[in-house]
Amino acid sequence: MRSANRKSVKALIASAALAFAGAALAQDKVAPIRGATPIPDLNPADTYRMEKHDRPIPRSHPWQPPIIPHNVKGYQITKNVNTCMVCHSRKAAPNTGATPVGKSHYVDREGKEHPNISTRRYFCLQCHVPQFDADPLVGNTFRSAGK
Amino acid sequence: MIRKVITWLKRIGPWTALGLFAAGIVFWGGFNWTLEMTNTERFCISCHEMEENVFKEYRHTIHYTNRSGVRATCPDCHVPKEWGPKIVRKIQASNEVLHKVLGSIDTPEKFQDKRIKLAESEWARMRANDSQECRNCHHYEYMDFGEQGRRAVRTHSVAFSKGATCIDCHRGIAHQLPPIDQEIGAPRPAGTAVKAN
Repeated sequence: MRSANRKSVKALIASAALAFAGAALAQDKVAPIRGATPIPDLNPADTYRMEKHDRPIPRSHPWQPPIIPHNVKGYQITKNVNTCMVCHSRKAAPNTGATPVGKSHYVDREGKEHPNISTRRYFCLQCHVPQFDADPLVGNTFRSAGK
Repeated sequence: MIRKVITWLKRIGPWTALGLFAAGIVFWGGFNWTLEMTNTERFCISCHEMEENVFKEYRHTIHYTNRSGVRATCPDCHVPKEWGPKIVRKIQASNEVLHKVLGSIDTPEKFQDKRIKLAESEWARMRANDSQECRNCHHYEYMDFGEQGRRAVRTHSVAFSKGATCIDCHRGIAHQLPPIDQEIGAPRPAGTAVKAN
């Protein structure tokens, strides 16, 4: 009984000491990467718009997931619905004129083909991206393999 | 008939007649004022059921946030503008008051469970009146197909000639959609999803 009490007192002292040490460490200044520049003096956020091409953009290399040539603002990809599939599903595509989902999207990770789209392809924007009217941050000499 | 009214007016005297007329204006004005009070976004989201679910979703959509600052708020889409249909809808809304009291959708989970039913009843209402609330602003006849996108022109002309109404395609534009069966992954159990268009 007595030794148990003594142990708990020791633990209390130790934890108090730790708390003091933590407070002392927190007072040391954190050196941010941006240096002494205050946050309001950073570049203002630019506003870019999603580009609307209204027809497919050619791929720039084989196996590239096709780029989205239209605005997708507000499109829901939720547990309930995938708005992209309203037009791009195999069933809807002939009527909507959209590019139908590729064959590969019906294959699961074991390589088995299914009548339904594989759930691993559910989040379209993981691979297919819309384009914005922003200039490239850094110049480059990339040339499309297709041309 | 007119003679009867005149004799009645003579009997009650001009001052009483004037008083009755004034009272009529006050009562009608008061009734209409109260009705319009219940026709505002502020009134709609005074229930947390509306504020926590449908209002939050609506704030990310074009009818709430857009470049020109024009908004279509709750009653613009969900309450008819014409007097007769408006009164009918307002009377039906007493059922919604009952379910507010019963707490039928007082948690987001309960709301999600009821979403199919709620959405389908609103879609049915809009189909029945040819999407009148949409067309209060978006007239078919006033649409300039020259200004619309390629896809929009093609789809609109086909849909209009087939007699489709706005809500047949433009579902879930202001709120999130209920589960839709889109043939992705394992099939959804029967009755838990709406069929895709």
